[in-house]
Amino acid sequence: MNQPILEAINLKKVYLRGSEQIPAVNEVSLRINRGDFVSIIGPSGSGKTTLVNILGCLDNPTSGELNLNGRSIFSHARRLSERELTKIRRETFGYIFQNFYLIPTLTVLENVMLPLTFYRKKGSEDEGMKLLKLLGIEHRKDHLPGQISGGEMQRVAIARAMVNVPEILLADEPTGNLDTRRSVEIVEVLKDLSRNSDLTVLMVTHNQELARNADRLLEMKDGLIQETMDFAKKVG
Amino acid sequence: MITKSQVALKNLRRKKVRSLLTLVGIALSAWVLVSLLGFNHGYETALNKDIDNMGFQLMAMAKGCPYEAATLMLKGGTGLRYMPQSIVDSIVKEPEVERITPILMQAVFDPNKGESGGIAGYFGVEPKSFSELKSFLKFRQGRWFTDENAYEVVMGFEAAELEQREVGDKILMPEKNIEFKVVGVLERSGTQDDGTIFVPLKTLQKVFDKPDEITTLGIKLKKDADSSRLEAKLYKLPDIQVVSLAQVKETIMGLISTAKVMVLSIAVIAIVIAMVGVINTILMSVHERFQEIGILKTIGAMPLDIFQLIWIETLILCAIGGLLGIGLALAFSKATGLVIRQLLPYSPSGGLVLIDIKLILVTLVAVLCIGLLSGIYPAWKAGRIRPLEAIRSEASR
Repeated sequence: MNQPILEAINLKKVYLRGSEQIPAVNEVSLRINRGDFVSIIGPSGSGKTTLVNILGCLDNPTSGELNLNGRSIFSHARRLSERELTKIRRETFGYIFQNFYLIPTLTVLENVMLPLTFYRKKGSEDEGMKLLKLLGIEHRKDHLPGQISGGEMQRVAIARAMVNVPEILLADEPTGNLDTRRSVEIVEVLKDLSRNSDLTVLMVTHNQELARNADRLLEMKDGLIQETMDFAKKVG
Repeated sequence: MITKSQVALKNLRRKKVRSLLTLVGIALSAWVLVSLLGFNHGYETALNKDIDNMGFQLMAMAKGCPYEAATLMLKGGTGLRYMPQSIVDSIVKEPEVERITPILMQAVFDPNKGESGGIAGYFGVEPKSFSELKSFLKFRQGRWFTDENAYEVVMGFEAAELEQREVGDKILMPEKNIEFKVVGVLERSGTQDDGTIFVPLKTLQKVFDKPDEITTLGIKLKKDADSSRLEAKLYKLPDIQVVSLAQVKETIMGLISTAKVMVLSIAVIAIVIAMVGVINTILMSVHERFQEIGILKTIGAMPLDIFQLIWIETLILCAIGGLLGIGLALAFSKATGLVIRQLLPYSPSGGLVLIDIKLILVTLVAVLCIGLLSGIYPAWKAGRIRPLEAIRSEASR
């Protein structure tokens, strides 16, 4: 059996609106293995982004436990400071978002290399170029984000997320701002990365069709995982 | 790999007009600051130079003379007081004295001077002792007088220009209607000597019927001599008063201190306005880049990294603005000196605003320190942005 890279036990996240308690994630337990490509789908407000934020150490849960590589990250007795969360994030995770969030004043290559400015885990300019080549946008290296298409911007964001050689890639609606053709291309890229780099990918999406590209599909509703589908054999 | 400084610099270029306006604010403050400090330094240096150019550190004169001399210059009165020239012999023996020169000041009304006439100053001097004390005076044409009783004049640079005289020309002393021969014209010295006409002492005493009388004694002290001791001794002489040029300097600097305080206040206000401008610019920039900063934290930036990034932006603004201001101050130092000269009751000759490398470095360090202080709050605020808040703020927009 594969070693779980992420293990959540009874994770719960409750938001307060006045005196009212709104559970966004409700007692979710799951295991994600190294190299898995997992899609999380569900309607708006189902808690999928909140769950991914907790799994990606962007947020603390209200209760429950989270283990990363067998190490306890959150538990009843342990909550992490923003500084500790940042350390874990930069050592383990890469993030891509619906809105790309590229720095508009930096070129494509500079955007890709930016994480190394803050945290030098591995990689040089060659590493950045290698990623751009892998994603098929090396010819855009000196362009500014405003000069390239949405699909290319998302590829740049993926390259930026990969430059620190993360173990887990979190993709929150990575195709939300792209047309169908480019959406398929981006998901293919994620799939290839997962297959070829032993990278664990967690993708949140509205699009059921795209979600089916993953090894596993988790469907969330009202803060709970309603259904799990395993397509691992399809991926091979 | 791109550095934090490059990221900061590129970000400042994002809002060019805003960055430029902030730069202008900093540059203006730096300009005011450099000019003020340059004025402080320059005024004192120019005053010292003027006093050094007098050639002597003490002046002895008949009691009441300075005030009467002033009246004379203003109204053309004739109330000058005199002291016997024999006093030279008693003072020259004092151990503190290196050299001494007697001077007879006289003024006549010249109806041809200016639009409605003016006072022309004549200094009766001993060529030997006077030229020894004022060895820095150089001749543009000619030389000192041929003998002590000659009817000859040496003209200061401006006096010669005004009267349009050259060596060999004649000049008529108004009121006395006596003709003198111009035997020398001095180079411009930047002192009051430029406007003076020098006559042999004995000749002037004869012309004004003041045999063996003088108005002023210039006394040059020996190196490291005790000036106050000599002053005390001179005060014991009857009807003599002593003016120390150090005192004159102190008095003038005292008068100027009010102007300095006012200019300093303006500089402080300008600096405070520039600081507020910097804080505002950087805060706005942080606010606009709320999500971007949050994302930087998701890709590995620690709070200290963000703090540094924002702080570097402030430093870049202040460094460029400071250098620009210093450049402006250097370029316009002469014009600033002229403006200040118009505003002050008395200003020495020479440049009033003196900007040297030390002053430039002091100002640059001061501007950078102010920049660092201004950047603390926006940088701290940016460092505290949580990535999740940044992402959620996008979702709520």
